[in-house]
This record gives sequence, C-alpha cells and structure tokens, in this order.
Amino acid sequence: MASVAGESVAAPSGPGVFAWRRRLRRNPWRRPWLMEGFTVLYIIWSIVPIAIAVLFSFNKGGSTATWQGFSTKWYVGNFAQSVLHNPELHSSVIQTLKLGGLTTLITVPIGVGFAIGIDRWRSRTSGGLNFLMIFSFVIPELLLAVALFLLVTQLLKFIHLGTTAEVAGLVVWNISWPAIIVRARLVTIGRTYEEAAADLGASRFGAMRRVLVPLLMPAIFASAVLVFASTVDDFVLVEQLSSTANTQPMSVLIYGNVHGGLSGPALNALATIMLVVSLLVALVGFIAYRWMTRGERTKGSTEALAGIAGM
Amino acid sequence: MGRADTYDRRNRWLWIGLTAPGAIWLLVLFVVPFYAMLAVAAGGVNPFFQISVPTWNPLHWSSTNLTAEWHAIVGTGSFIAAPALRTILYTAIATIISLAIAYPVAYFVSRYAGRRKTLYLVLLIAPFWVSYMMRMLAWIDLLQQNGFVNSVIGVVGLPSHTDWLGGKPATVVFGLVYGYIPYLILVLYAGLDRIDQSLLEAARDLGLSKWRAFWRVTIPLSKPTIIAGAFITVLPMLGDYFTNQLISAAPGTTMIGNVIEGQLNSPGQTGQGAVLALMLLVVLLIPMVYYAISTARASREFA
Repeated sequence: MASVAGESVAAPSGPGVFAWRRRLRRNPWRRPWLMEGFTVLYIIWSIVPIAIAVLFSFNKGGSTATWQGFSTKWYVGNFAQSVLHNPELHSSVIQTLKLGGLTTLITVPIGVGFAIGIDRWRSRTSGGLNFLMIFSFVIPELLLAVALFLLVTQLLKFIHLGTTAEVAGLVVWNISWPAIIVRARLVTIGRTYEEAAADLGASRFGAMRRVLVPLLMPAIFASAVLVFASTVDDFVLVEQLSSTANTQPMSVLIYGNVHGGLSGPALNALATIMLVVSLLVALVGFIAYRWMTRGERTKGSTEALAGIAGM
Repeated sequence: MGRADTYDRRNRWLWIGLTAPGAIWLLVLFVVPFYAMLAVAAGGVNPFFQISVPTWNPLHWSSTNLTAEWHAIVGTGSFIAAPALRTILYTAIATIISLAIAYPVAYFVSRYAGRRKTLYLVLLIAPFWVSYMMRMLAWIDLLQQNGFVNSVIGVVGLPSHTDWLGGKPATVVFGLVYGYIPYLILVLYAGLDRIDQSLLEAARDLGLSKWRAFWRVTIPLSKPTIIAGAFITVLPMLGDYFTNQLISAAPGTTMIGNVIEGQLNSPGQTGQGAVLALMLLVVLLIPMVYYAISTARASREFA
C-alpha cells in the first residue's frame, strides 16, 4: 500500500497517467496482434494458391484461369486426357508409388542399421562415415543427380537408367532421414535398458530385437513416412535418372508438360492426386506416431507433428 | 560409462555389420559417382561421335575441358559469368526475403501461439507435404496473363496485362522464396522453440526492455538456427534449375544450374558440364563442411 501511495505522490497528474498506460502497453501477456496478423497472412499466401490449383482440377473447361463449372472429367471422364485413361498420366502415378515403396523398403532398414552402428562403433571410420552421411544431406541435389547419371552411363553400366537407377539414387538422397532421426532417438534413450537386458542374460541380438528396436519404433516409423513423402516429392534425381516415359513419375511429367503438351486441368488433377497421397501418408504417420509414443511424457500432438516433419 | 564402453567393445563386429550396408551404399553411390564426374571432367572427347570419353587413370588426366570451360567463364563471349552472377544475386535476395518472412512467423508460433499452437503448426507444416512441383504449378496458374493475379490487379485499376511468366527476374526470386520458405520456417521454429524462456524472463527482470531483451538474448541464441536455416535454403537454391525454367523459361533469367544441365546434355560438352559442376561443388564445399561439422558437433554434445 505504501509504495502505491508513494508513487501517486511522486506523479500526481498527467505524466502519471502516461506512465500507467505505458506500463499497460508493456504487459507481457498482451497478444502480439501485429505478428499474429503477419503469420495469418503468410499462411493464407502459402495455402490458398494450392487450394485454387486443386479447385481447377475439377474445372469443366480446359482453362486453369476461368471457372467453367464442376466436373471430374480430368480424373476419370475424358478418354484422351484424364488421369485414368491417358497412359502417360496413368503410368506416372504408378511409377511414383512404385519408387516411393521401393525406396522406403530399402532406405529405412539400411539407414536404421547405419544409425545404430555409427552410434555404437566409436572409431575414426565411423566418424568419417557419419560426416559423409551428413554431406549427402546438404549437397545440392543437382550435383548428386549429375554425378549419379555419369556413374551409371560411364562406369556401372549394369545399373540402367530407369527404375533401378532412380531407386539407387533416391536411397542415397534419403538415407540421412532414418540415420539422423534414429540417431537422435538413440541419444535420448541411452544405454541403460539395453545393458539391463544384457545383464539379465539377453543375447546381443535378443537385447536389440526385444529392447532397442521397440524403443526406436516411433523414430523408425517417422523416418519411413518422411522417406516416402520426400520420394513422392522428388524431382531432380528422377528427372536425370529416368529413361523412357514409362519410368517418369508424376513430378517429371508435370514439369515436362507445363509449357504445352498435356492440357492444363489434367496436370492439376495429377498434382492433386500427388497431394492426396502425401497428405494421407502424413495423416497415417501422425496418428501412428501418437499411438506409438502414447506412454511417454511428451507435449502430445505438437511433438508428434514435429516428429513426422523431421524436426 | 565404463560399462557402456565394454558393452560397445564386446559387440564391435555387430556394430560394424550394422553400419556396413549403409556405408557401402554411400561409398558406391555417393563417393564413386563424384570420381566418375572427375574422370569425365578430366577426360577427352571422341572426335568422330562428339561424345565425352572419361579417363579413369589420374596419371592420364587432361585439362582440355577445364581450359575450355575457363574460357567460357572469363573469356570473350563468356556465357557463364552472367548466369553465375545472377545465381548469386537471386539466391542472396531470395534468402534475405525468406528470412525476413520466416523469422517473425516462426517466432510468433514458437512463443505466442498459446492454445492455438498445434493449429498453427499444422498450417506451417502443410506446405511441406505439398510437392514442390504442385506449388509451382499453382503459381503458374495464378500468374498466367489472364490469370487470377492480373484480374485482381485489374480490379484495383492498375495495368493488368503483365506477362509475369515471360522472363521476369522478380518472378524467379518470388518462386524461389515460395518454394523454399516452408523448410526454412520449420528449421527456425525447431530452433526457436528450444530457447529457454526463463533466460528471457531473467533479462526482463534484470531491467532490459522488450526490444533490448530480444536483441541481446533471443537473437544471439537463435544465431546458430538462423545460420542452419540459411544453409538449408541457400544450398538447394544454388543448384536450382527447375524453378526458373518453370516460371520464366527465358534466357535472361538462367542460373548456373541451367548451364550445368544444358552442357551435360549437349553432345561433346558433357566434360565441360562436369567441370562446371565440380567448380560449383568446390565453392560449396566450405559451407557444406561447416554445416556438417557443426551438425556432428551438436549431436555429440547431446550425447
């Protein structure tokens, strides 16, 4: 009470009111409206164009600028240019899913093994290999793609351009996902559980299979989701390493037809299918990740979101 | 610790065995490819078929391609200097704009989003799950001459027949920003979210104003994140050839990636293209090594 009285004595009139208002403005719990508005504008800018592109995949006419009524002809109806009937569009969807599946199946096991091995086998060699792996993560994709193209056309000629070369390259490009994510999880788990299992008589394979792998499961799963999604999204590697039209996935087909070629809304339909595939994978990943980490003290959905986005 | 060490040492061959498949894959399909690139760059050209012939033996390497490419960069009639400078300029502007947009957004969501944090995070992550090609396609639709952007400009009363896709540098920079900013935001968010809030509270308690606390505490603490985020955007932008090809496709906006891609695919010039790719790699080696070392050190500190 005394201090309040003292203050009001020191500043009886105008300036006191200003000081009070200034203090209100400094309220640390005030919502920063300006920053929130900026964030909302950014989100609108980042999402609305995509929503419009999805909308135009349902356009009745052949334009991607003027709305001419709703139709699904670019998906199923049109016999020449719908995704279902056009052989090029059709095979690109299959090729994308094929590459995603094969790459995930190869990358995740060898990446997880690599992460565990590097973490435990502490030596100069393992340090160097870890460095190499991080290097593969930051190198511009074009340089890797060009080098791989020269490798398979000049040296390892038994790897043919097409699906084989594409998968070989995509595995290199994606191996850092499981390697980095699983390694981070290994660090948080520590050795205690595994050592306890070993002390209780588990064999080294037993300790790994029954203790370590279950604990790593959320990280393994998150990296599988990321590898699949980033393969579906990939463009540079698959463009350099594909050969005939049969081995061109969706991204390459869209790139090749933007300036003429297949008609506009059909490309939007293709892109929308790609979007749905990615979002489904993300959704399944999110739900499964939450389920797998249900017993842990985490921040809940925020943590799971960060997990499947590789953060 | 001592116990963990014996456990690790006892099972050494198991760890080596687990590392091996990934290590072999990386050696054969990541290291050897760059040797192939070197062999092509230091090789010759078959004069009859105009195809590049790699030289595998380092003792027989020639500098023919290097000399030719060097003339193409600095000599008269150079067609590489302009795209190279353009690449640096576009990348620098796009990175600065991206940081200026991404930092406030990531800062807001990590600190002030409150109960709506999950919602905001979903919306920030959403573009990450939309393919790059689709995001570019969306803007190609909007920026067409009769597209949505020109319609909106027309409503305001400004000239509405701008050909945005006809080779405008501004459009290319815009495309780069739009393409790479989701990755930058995620990196910045992850870093800013880890900053200990109590440090800021302490700074405020000790009498620093809000802005000074931001400058003297938050910015220094987020510096590693900003650097990591800048790498994440700069490195792919420097090797980008598809963004400008998609939304400009004009010779006036080509970047170094387009030159590399073009040379590699023209008969007889593959070797020169390989030289240029290696030059880009050498330039990027410094930031890449820096990034790799700091990442490796960070993971060691966690352990």
